[in-house]
Amino acid sequence: MAVIDIANPTRFLKLVDRLLPWLAAATVLMFVYGLNGALHAPDDYQQGATVKIMFLHVPSAWLGMFGWALMSVAALGTLVWRHPLADVAAKAAAPIGAAFTFLCLVTGSLWGRPMWGTYWVWDARLTSVLILFLLYLGVLSLYWTAEDPGRGARAAAILALVGAVNIPIIKFSVDWWNTLHQPASIFRMGGSTIDPSILHPLFAMAIAFTLLFVTLHLAAMRNEILRRRVRAMRLMQAQQLAEASS
Amino acid sequence: MNLGPHADFIIAAYAVAIFVVAAMTAWIVLDYVTQRRILDDLEERGITRRSHRTGKGAP
Repeated sequence: MAVIDIANPTRFLKLVDRLLPWLAAATVLMFVYGLNGALHAPDDYQQGATVKIMFLHVPSAWLGMFGWALMSVAALGTLVWRHPLADVAAKAAAPIGAAFTFLCLVTGSLWGRPMWGTYWVWDARLTSVLILFLLYLGVLSLYWTAEDPGRGARAAAILALVGAVNIPIIKFSVDWWNTLHQPASIFRMGGSTIDPSILHPLFAMAIAFTLLFVTLHLAAMRNEILRRRVRAMRLMQAQQLAEASS
Repeated sequence: MNLGPHADFIIAAYAVAIFVVAAMTAWIVLDYVTQRRILDDLEERGITRRSHRTGKGAP
């Protein structure tokens, strides 16, 4: 099957039906491995056992941003090529990305209280992630409240592209401004500053969460394609009823 | 395993994560079951998509 064939929703559904059980199994196995590593990882010399919250917080933050980046690329597909699968991909990614961003904010607050002495501070990193969450809610409200799905999709695509500006702001906020949030410690010039005994389970959890994101996203895309078929068939049913009564 | 003096915060973080992931998964699975049931119901009533009537594989 050529890559271009997957752009056909019917072929895409067949591919998803075949892939989903394998992806779900890989996700579960990776979570078992990752959680085992996370729970047995040594305490950090400064954070103590609260470092275990990082195994949830960091992957959630990455996937919150990844979800928006995915929506931005899909937005180009919606606005430039008007491909229906591009809008399906963006709409399916929005609630999943919002959930991961929410998880990032909550786990960050639960880590911040014992470490910083506060659940929340209006520094650049925390505020820009909160803005990302609000942008997600904005996109979801556009999708869920638009009477015409096509207009809702175009409005959501424009918001996704405008909101993409926030992604580099989140990433570099700790370098551009003086923040309470620590600077980059994993992907940085000169290598990671984290000990391998903590870094390895962190990567395992990041892979597990990424597999979860991909699995849920493909399943949500399948649901969205089916929902559009239901809508089309109901319109056809209404048309048939109107023709029969006239 | 000793979670130290901040065990409540660690347990709360993992509890929230489990709840959010479980809720998201359940919502997607239930949505699939619902859409599938509606589609099957419509097809039973003889309503088919245009692509099915013409025999083409397009959506």
